[in-house]
Amino acid sequence: MTRVGVVVFPGSNCEYDAALAVNALGATSELVWHSTTDLSSYDAIILPGGFAHGDYLRPGALARFSPVMDSVGRFASDGGAVLGICNGFQVLTEAGLLPGALQKNRGLTFLCQPTTLTVSSLASVLTSRARLGQELVIPINHFSGSYTCDDATYQELVANDRIVLTYKDNPNGSRGDIAGIANERGNVVGLMPHPERAMSTLLGSDDGRVLLESFLSASMASLTP
Amino acid sequence: MNYSVIVDVTLREGIADPEGATIERALPALGFSGVSEVKAGKSFRMTIDADSENDALDRATSLAERLLSNPVIEDATARLSGVRAS
Repeated sequence: MTRVGVVVFPGSNCEYDAALAVNALGATSELVWHSTTDLSSYDAIILPGGFAHGDYLRPGALARFSPVMDSVGRFASDGGAVLGICNGFQVLTEAGLLPGALQKNRGLTFLCQPTTLTVSSLASVLTSRARLGQELVIPINHFSGSYTCDDATYQELVANDRIVLTYKDNPNGSRGDIAGIANERGNVVGLMPHPERAMSTLLGSDDGRVLLESFLSASMASLTP
Repeated sequence: MNYSVIVDVTLREGIADPEGATIERALPALGFSGVSEVKAGKSFRMTIDADSENDALDRATSLAERLLSNPVIEDATARLSGVRAS
């Protein structure tokens, strides 16, 4: 059974949603306090949404110096599956595990709404079980979600199939409609929308399931030598 | 010596600045005309116990690049605003 570590920073607030979502898909989850440095008992790591360290300075700016982040970096470089959702995505960019940065939304408003995403690459732990071009309705909930990067980085993301999800109707001014990207190996993914909040049609959408199922199956695969 | 240092963090050239643009658009309505190129940013003030002015500025620049700014989208500059004996 896949064991998922859900990292909790002071100010995280989506850790229970993330844990319940992966539990619902048959994995086990454990909350991991940010001072932890031993991640050896987990098959996959999720950095959940929220306001790590109050989002002081910039979202993710202080969280990247939490003790757990060195271990997350090693976990990722060993090929482990790492997923950053919303604030978790911001932490991954600040930590340099994903390129670019998340800026304030174009309209300077906090956005909390369902968005339609298009799966634009299957070469990542988050999208391997989805269909290319598949549309998914998943909510966003952020103030700083406008993905920004320089031209060289953008060209590299495009050329290497690393833009995994795009907005159909760009809500925040993200470059290239980017909602989520992967690292070069595809084992580290960050996205602003919340797949863990799209787990049941009763609550509006269960389109997050295919993404988290991909993530869990990929983390099992990475265990196989 | 104790050096008072100010670090200014501004968005890099070419990075969208919706805050600055919004402030600029609001100014004519308040009767301020002829104001353009408004940029929003942050400033940090600190006291650094250092051996020399250059040492203080070097350390401020280093901590500004490591923590106070995100080099992907921001520039940081450190300047001296005062000095007093430790």
